Amino acid sequence: MEVPILKQGAVLIATFQAALSDADLNQLRMGLVQQVVKFRSRAVIVDVTAMDVMDSFASRTLREIAHMIRLRGAETVIVGIQPEVAFAMVQLGLTLEGVATALDLEEGLAYLNEKFKTTS
Amino acid sequence: MSVGEIRVAINSDQDIVSARQKGRAMASELGFSSGDATLIATAISELARNIVSYARKGQITLKGVHGSSRVGIVVIASDDGPGILDIRQALRDGFSTSGSLGLGLPGVRRLMDEFEIDSQPGRGTIVAVKKWRQ
Ligand SMILES: Nc1ncnc2c1ncn2[C@@H]1O[C@H](COP(=O)(O)OP(=O)(O)O)[C@@H](O)[C@H]1O
Ligand SMILES: [Mg+2]
Repeated sequence: MEVPILKQGAVLIATFQAALSDADLNQLRMGLVQQVVKFRSRAVIVDVTAMDVMDSFASRTLREIAHMIRLRGAETVIVGIQPEVAFAMVQLGLTLEGVATALDLEEGLAYLNEKFKTTS
Repeated sequence: MSVGEIRVAINSDQDIVSARQKGRAMASELGFSSGDATLIATAISELARNIVSYARKGQITLKGVHGSSRVGIVVIASDDGPGILDIRQALRDGFSTSGSLGLGLPGVRRLMDEFEIDSQPGRGTIVAVKKWRQ
């Protein structure tokens, strides 16, 4: 299953589907980093609203994506973690330490706008 | 009394997704809240991933159980893989032989109400977990 990546100005938006396999996640990791390089993006928003489960593999992959993108000088924001998914993550002991999160796409974009305004 | 049983062969990362989807569907059918169905699906994802990562193949069995006064779901992950040398160690948060997060087994234990594990080095591993409907 492909993850659509949308380019909106300096921001890339990747929208996760419900049933992403490990292979899809690995592919996304490479794809996103390549596109950040190609478009000289300043930020990536990963929208996980549709994700049914965030297990240890998925959350580790998200953390790795955020770290790789930070090494490119860009920012990652994870948006749309559903309350039930968040609860399961807490039980599992998963954290997205050091990765910015926002309620939804709109809030994610607002956060980035604010951030770019103050840094540029 | 058992109400239906589903067996999902686990051979690849794709099967992890289908096992957890089937588990969520069964949990919903049994009347679990969608929050609890998410906890169950997450536990299945971790157990199925361990099969793929450490034993390469195995199976997940899903069963509804009707106790005298309550309804539950049983998830059994079994494989004939290398087994676990030290189960106590494997159940500790952060312990991993593969450099991953080491939260699968201890996390599943927290996600579910009952947890049993049986593993013999060289013979395989069985993890059986249960969650009761609230
Ligand atoms: N089905 C299995 N077969 C063999 N070893 C396993 C199995 N499941 C878990 N293990 C062992 O237990 C350890 C802890 O598992 P887990 O808590 O899921 O963490 P992780 O998978 O991140 O290492 C694994 O690193 C592995 O050594
Ligand atoms: Mg694991």
